[in-house]
Parts: sequence; C-alpha cells; structure tokens
Amino acid sequence: MRRSFPICAAAMCLFVASEAQDIRVPASAVAGEEASISTTGSGKATFYLIGPGISSKSDVNLGEEIHLQAQDLRNAGEYIAVVCSRECHNASFFVSAGKPHRLTFLVHPSRVPVAQNDAVTGVALPFDDFRNLVTTPETINFQLTAGNASVSRSVRTQDGISWFRTASGKSAGPLQVVASLDDISTRRAVQQVASDPCNLRIKGERTATGILVETEPVHDCAGNPVPDGTIVTFTATVGDEKSTVDAPIKQNVARAQIVASGPAVISAASGVVMGNELRVGGRP
Amino acid sequence: MKIALPIILVVVTAGLMAVALYGSGSGPATIGIATGSAFYGLTPKASSPQQALTNLLSDVQRRNWDQAFDALSKTSAIDKQSFIQDWIGSNGSLRAFSNLEGFDPRPLHISNGDAQIRVRLHYSTPVGPIEDVRDFHLIREGDVWKAVWPKVEVSNVPSEVIPVTYLRWDLVTGGADDQWGSKSVDAPHVRIISMNAVDSDEGAVVMGEVVNEDTIPAFVNVNATLVDGSGNPIDDETSFDKIAHVLLPKQVTPYRIDFPSVTLNKVKNVRMDVKATLVPASADPVIGVMDQKLDSDVQGKAVLHGHLLNQSGQTVNIPHVIASFYDNNGKVVWVSDGYVDRALLPQSSEPFAVEIPKSLSAKVHNFHLVVNQYSLGRS
Repeated sequence: MRRSFPICAAAMCLFVASEAQDIRVPASAVAGEEASISTTGSGKATFYLIGPGISSKSDVNLGEEIHLQAQDLRNAGEYIAVVCSRECHNASFFVSAGKPHRLTFLVHPSRVPVAQNDAVTGVALPFDDFRNLVTTPETINFQLTAGNASVSRSVRTQDGISWFRTASGKSAGPLQVVASLDDISTRRAVQQVASDPCNLRIKGERTATGILVETEPVHDCAGNPVPDGTIVTFTATVGDEKSTVDAPIKQNVARAQIVASGPAVISAASGVVMGNELRVGGRP
Repeated sequence: MKIALPIILVVVTAGLMAVALYGSGSGPATIGIATGSAFYGLTPKASSPQQALTNLLSDVQRRNWDQAFDALSKTSAIDKQSFIQDWIGSNGSLRAFSNLEGFDPRPLHISNGDAQIRVRLHYSTPVGPIEDVRDFHLIREGDVWKAVWPKVEVSNVPSEVIPVTYLRWDLVTGGADDQWGSKSVDAPHVRIISMNAVDSDEGAVVMGEVVNEDTIPAFVNVNATLVDGSGNPIDDETSFDKIAHVLLPKQVTPYRIDFPSVTLNKVKNVRMDVKATLVPASADPVIGVMDQKLDSDVQGKAVLHGHLLNQSGQTVNIPHVIASFYDNNGKVVWVSDGYVDRALLPQSSEPFAVEIPKSLSAKVHNFHLVVNQYSLGRS
C-alpha cells in the first residue's frame, strides 16, 4: 500500500500536467532548510509531497501558504508538490545540497615505494550536513607534507568531485595528505617505504664453523635504508654443492652463517635484485 | 539334524579362523595390510629373513613394542626407548602424527648367515601418504633370523641461551570508529615472476615463482584456471601446500598447481590469480639449506638432497622443503616438495631429499629452495 502511494501520485501528476498551475513552489530550496509553497483559491485540499526519500500527505487550506519543514527537505533532488481539491494541480522544484559540512577523502595507496611516478592519488567529495553531495563548484586545497617539505595545490570540484595524482617522494616516511575546504579539513597518511635494494654488496670471512657473510648497509637507489625484515638470500657454491640461507635484514644489515669448508663463491639476492659475488678461500 | 547344523557351522568357522591366522604370514607382504599373526604366540617362526622382517614390521605397525624389540639381534646398538622413538618420532615431528600403513620388502642379498633387505615403508600422515626406503640387516641366531638395528643418531642440543633478535609483524585491525575499517591498510603487493605449464604423468602442472615485493609479510595463494578454445573453464585449482604461504618482504617462493587427469592439448589459455593478504608473521626461525646437490638415491631416482640447519633457538616441528628447478635459460621446469619427518631442533640439522622426474633431470641446470615450517603453538 505504501508503495502504491507514490505511483498513484505520479500518475495524478501526469494526469494534471496540462492543467493551469495554482500552486507556486520555491525557485531555489536548500536541503535542510524550511521552505513554503503558496496556493490560490479557497476551501480544504489535500497536499502531497513526493521527493527523494520522502512521500507525505497532509490537509491544507487553499489560499494559505504550505509550510515545508526542514525535516521534509533533507535530501537534495527533485520534489513534486501536488494539491488536490476538486481537481489536482502540481509543480516540481529542485532542492540543492547545503553548504559543505564534511569532506570525504580517499587516498590510495596506504603504502607506496619512494620515487614512483603517479603513485599517489587522492579524491575528495564535499557533502553537506545531510550527506548530500555538494555539486556546485568548490575549491579544495590539497596539501602534501613529507618531513619538512610541503606542496599544495587547489583543485575545483567538477560534479562534486576533485582529485589529484602525484609521484611519491624521495624519502621514506609518512606522507601527510590534507584536503581542506574553508574551515573543513580531512587528513590521511601514506606510508612511503624504501624501494628495491640498490647496489647490494656483501662481504664475508671464514670462521671456525664456516663462513660468516653479511651485506653492507642495504639501501634503495634514493639512499633510504631498506626496512628490517626484508629477506636477503645468500647462496654459497662449493664445488657442485650449494648452500642457501634466507636471512632477514636487521639494523640495515643481513647476516648469515654458512657451513662450508672448501673454497666458496658466495652471492646475494633480495627479491629480483642481485648483489655482487664473493670468493672465499678454503679452510687452511 | 537339529544338532548337526550348529556343529558344521562351528567347525567351518574354526577352520576359517585357522586358515586366516596361519595363512597370512606365509604370503607376500601387501601394501597397506598388516601381515603376520593377530594373536600373541601365534606369530610365525622367523625361519627366514623375510619372515623375520615381516614379523618385526607387523609388530611395529601394531605398536607391539615388546615383541618388536625382542625380534632384534642382541648385537643391535640400540636401547628399547630409542628404538620406539625411532618409529614414533618425537618433538611433535611429522613422524609423531604418522602411521605405518604397509611395507614392501625386496631382498638385496641373502646368505646362510646374514641378509640385506630393502623395504619401502608406506606411512599415512596428515599431509598425505609418505614413502620411506630403509635397508635392514638381518643375521641368523640359532634357528631364527633377527634384525640388527643400527645406532640411532639423536641430535643432542646443549643447554644455551639464544637471544631472539628478529622482527615480528603484528596486525592491528581498525575498530568500529575507523572510517575505512581494515581497508585502511592495503593488501601486500605480490607478483608472479614466472609461470610454466607442462604435462606430467599425473596430468597438467602449472608452476612458477612468486615474489613479495612489499615491505610487509603476505599470506599468498596462487590459483590457476585452465580455459579451453571456446573460453570455457576446464578446471580450477590452487597451489594448496605446494607453496610457502607466508612470504616475508622480498622473499621468493616456488608454487605448483596440479590438474590431475587434464592434458594440455585441450587447454588454450591459463588464467592465473594470486591472492595476498596481510598477516602477522615472524622473521624467526632462520633455516639454512646446506650441501644441496643433485644426485641419485638408492633406488636410482634423481633427487635434490641436502641438510636443513636450524639457526634459531626454537624447535621446528615439521620442516617442509619446496624446490624450483631451472633449465639453461632460467625457466622453471619443475617444482617439487618434500616433508622432513623429524623435528628440526635448535642449532641442529636434518637431511632432506626432494625428487625430480627422471625425464627432467637432464634438463635441470640450477635450482632454488625455500623452507616452509610448521611449529606447534605458533602462527
């Protein structure tokens, strides 16, 4: 029954579409603000209001203003007002979103390697107090701060959306991204992490139990230390035998103990990055 | 007539029982079926090396440790406790969760006084059936044969303090107030760096390697869908346990996906899908793989063998080795895996071997090995 009401009302609108208009709707209404509809004539009538998320029916007196509560106009969009006494008359009006009250801000990714082109994207959408997308053009300021460096750019919304895309910075660490519109601001953080190891170099020495091999401090090509826990694979080849250890980096250095008594050729790799080769003589 | 029928039934039943009890010991051993006598005192006399070994292994299967230990020669260099531990495992190893399902003996040498018998032992385990090959030495003592048990080398770990200095990643999930919930942290970035599809005796196999390119640990699973010429999926499988699921940053793992009873001539396309999720993980334990060498085992099979060396301070209950094999061009031509049925104690080593199909052994030019580990009570 509830569903059939708007359908019937819409049908009535179509039926009376060609009739002379006896009600006057507001030229511009704002979501969440009161408005009024004026009527002509006299006597009792029934008033219907159909809009996004609302359909209501009330008794009114013709010739008086129909007062629309702020509660009735919460959602932005097109509304239809219908007044029926002996016959029905209707008019439609548009309720636009109110002033921006909050910014929805999406930043992707949450974690990005340094020095990557077009790696960070952000999208901001202004909404009013009633979660209506504000489609009137607004200027949103994006501010990106990493360490002491800061850049900002202003982007005007188009159909309620503004966005940016930028390269990640050169230094690992948090990248603060703030989107602001007037006195509203939303903050997001992107973790900039070291990229692949660069110039992976190893050194080693023979010990009583084998060969102790370790990397020099492991950095990416921008000089950022590669995070602890990153795996470095050491491979020692002794004759036709091979020994491998997957060792995690700890305090910039990965270290492994390899059991081998003969002369060995040792290499290192981290992911798809190869390091240098090292030759260690046999045990005297 | 009333009495005759019950008497006949009793006699026939007794006859069948007698045939079952005495007949089973004399036949050839059958995989998966315990041979020998079901009752104490009815075990066939160990008058031949084969019968002695069958008696011994049947007792091991039934866990009749007293009788099994009695079947050993007095010259054996083992005590009863070590003998039992040799069969049932310890320290939460895979052997501790296994059962000897069957055995398949093959004499290598038999003379009047001693014999050498090679036995393929078939175990059922939580990770599937596992086969082990063991050589038994038997000698004649009087009119019976007995097995000579070698000394079991048990890792002796001295008391020491090993500081734990490796990283651990914990995962904090967002609460209800978190605007974006758990989506605030992106999934780890992993990439398939190689893929190859081949036909094998068991069906089509898709294999390759995956790398975790991120700076956080990832739980990885690889799926493959075989697609025919019309674009319809033929089969869809995952890497299951043929992959090291938890990958630390920049770690590379082989993967293998088996498609039993599918041949590649029906396949037009292979759709790969790698899924990665963020998981808590630890960089400990570090397990070195020493003395890796391509060789042949006692059965003439091509194997990659070596030793796993636990460089940490915690016991690894079930080590699992996964190896990728490359040809001259660096292309992955095979991936195989194997479980080690003994626990890897701190600072100690255990041997391992993984098999390579004979047809591929000549092509293999290089290999890469990762060690997966399952430790009781740890994620």
